[in-house]
Amino acid sequence: MPPREDRENQALIRLFHVSKRYGAKAALSDITIDFEKGEFAFITGPSGAGKTTLLKLLYLGEALTEGQILVDGMNLARINRRTVPMLRRKFGIVFQDYKLIASMTVFRNIALVLEAQGKRPRLVAKKVRSLLRNVGMEDRENALPPSLSGGEQQRVAIARAMAGEPRIILADEPTGSLDPEAADAIFELLKDFHARGGTVIIATHDRSLIRKAAHRVVHLKQGRCVAIEGN
Amino acid sequence: MKVYFKRAFDDILANVFLTAITVGTIALAILIACAFALFFVNAGHMLNAWEKGVRMMVYLKPHTSEAARLDTRYRLTRIDGVKKVVFVSRQEALARLKQQMPGRAGLLDDLRENPLPDAFEVTVVPGSQAEAVIELIARRISSLPGVDDVEYGKRWLRRFAQLINLFRLAGFAVGGLLFMAAVFIVANTVRLVLYSRREEIEIMRLVGATDRFIKIPFYLEGTILGAVGAVIGLAVLFAGYWTFVSRLQQELGDGAKLIGFFSPSVCLAIVAAGMLVGWLGCLISLKQFMKA
Ligand SMILES: Nc1ncnc2c1ncn2[C@@H]1O[C@H](COP(=O)(O)OP(=O)(O)OP(=O)(O)O)[C@@H](O)[C@H]1O
Ligand SMILES: [Mg+2]
Repeated sequence: MPPREDRENQALIRLFHVSKRYGAKAALSDITIDFEKGEFAFITGPSGAGKTTLLKLLYLGEALTEGQILVDGMNLARINRRTVPMLRRKFGIVFQDYKLIASMTVFRNIALVLEAQGKRPRLVAKKVRSLLRNVGMEDRENALPPSLSGGEQQRVAIARAMAGEPRIILADEPTGSLDPEAADAIFELLKDFHARGGTVIIATHDRSLIRKAAHRVVHLKQGRCVAIEGN
Repeated sequence: MKVYFKRAFDDILANVFLTAITVGTIALAILIACAFALFFVNAGHMLNAWEKGVRMMVYLKPHTSEAARLDTRYRLTRIDGVKKVVFVSRQEALARLKQQMPGRAGLLDDLRENPLPDAFEVTVVPGSQAEAVIELIARRISSLPGVDDVEYGKRWLRRFAQLINLFRLAGFAVGGLLFMAAVFIVANTVRLVLYSRREEIEIMRLVGATDRFIKIPFYLEGTILGAVGAVIGLAVLFAGYWTFVSRLQQELGDGAKLIGFFSPSVCLAIVAAGMLVGWLGCLISLKQFMKA
């Protein structure tokens, strides 16, 4: 084990005594964890344990109530409106409810991420097609999300999460509505991303998914961190 | 930039109803404001034309000798601003009168004596178009020996000028109100659009889009709709103007041609005003919406 100092320097994401309350209800209480660069971590726990909430705090989908969070050197408490987009571009996010724009085609949904980063239209089209090929959705690029099955929407969501070449992928139940084979394929994509040096944090209660990878697992229960398995 | 335009156009096509309302509002506001403006511009032109060459009838005292008449004529030509002096003898005046009322010629024939005085028809081009200058000239003429009376449409002219000025003031007020009303209606329409797309906007933010990236298409959309609305408003106004003038031409002849439309550069300015309305409408609602 490297000395503590080194480990701290490597931490890409640090949560320090973090709490989140919705009104009087505590969704997360006193969470302190580091996620290192290049880590492949799981957050697990029963429904309502606070998995989604934890991910939301990282990309400022919600503001934390107490504590401190550092992401790639940015202190989330000190971020202003203008720098929020910069924080969010560090993440590729697979939302539990996909959050695809219903009125835009699959192609446009993904292209939007690249356009928002100022990529040239020609490059955008090429990149989007290759991302769709990776998730096996290349022949549905003109479909509107509501006309897709849950699994298909999930695959589009993963393609979108990878579009912006993020440093970290946050995936909330990324295999939730997939059959085992499709789930495997998606999991391979996440492992590819990890193999290329990316950091992956997956929130899931799918034990079979966790068993497939020997990595760190954070167990939450009623908003508390009850155990951390792995190194 | 192309990307922004594409998004703006997609949006316009996706919200046909709201687009139509926005364009219609701007078109109506432009139409009303410009109809006012057109009236004032033309009224002003006419006023100028009349003031530029005021014609005065200078009536001479009865039984003026030929020599005195020539003396008066000479003095008249020496007055500053007097451009042209034409003698109209009383016989000539009567003949004119007969010509002007052909049906009543017999009535005039019955007159034993010609009641009309000799007169000079004087064209005055004052250095300034101010009412006071014209009046001063008229007063100087009437103080000449041999002059009985000076007549020109002064009272009528002054009333007309006052009326125009009043209308102009009211026009500015109405124009300003219309402009603000249009801005607020556009702002409300844009707010509806934003509200209907709040989920989409939220998602864009979550995937790292800046406010700028989200806003630009809306501004483009507002500006485009403003321009389209202004063009439509102007087109309707022009159609109205055209029918009016051609009707008038049938009744009045070529005099109607004096009524003009806005010059191309003014038309461009009006379209720019429409764009400004669209842009301001967006600015207001985006300011509110993005803060929330
Ligand atoms: N916006 C919100 N307002 C109020 N309470 C909320 C809100 N979001 C989450 N909660 C509460 O916070 C707790 C944690 O929710 P969270 O969504 O993080 O759970 P989760 O672990 O992701 O569950 P699941 O496995 O079902 O997705 C829950 O009790 C939930 O009711
Ligand atoms: Mg959840």
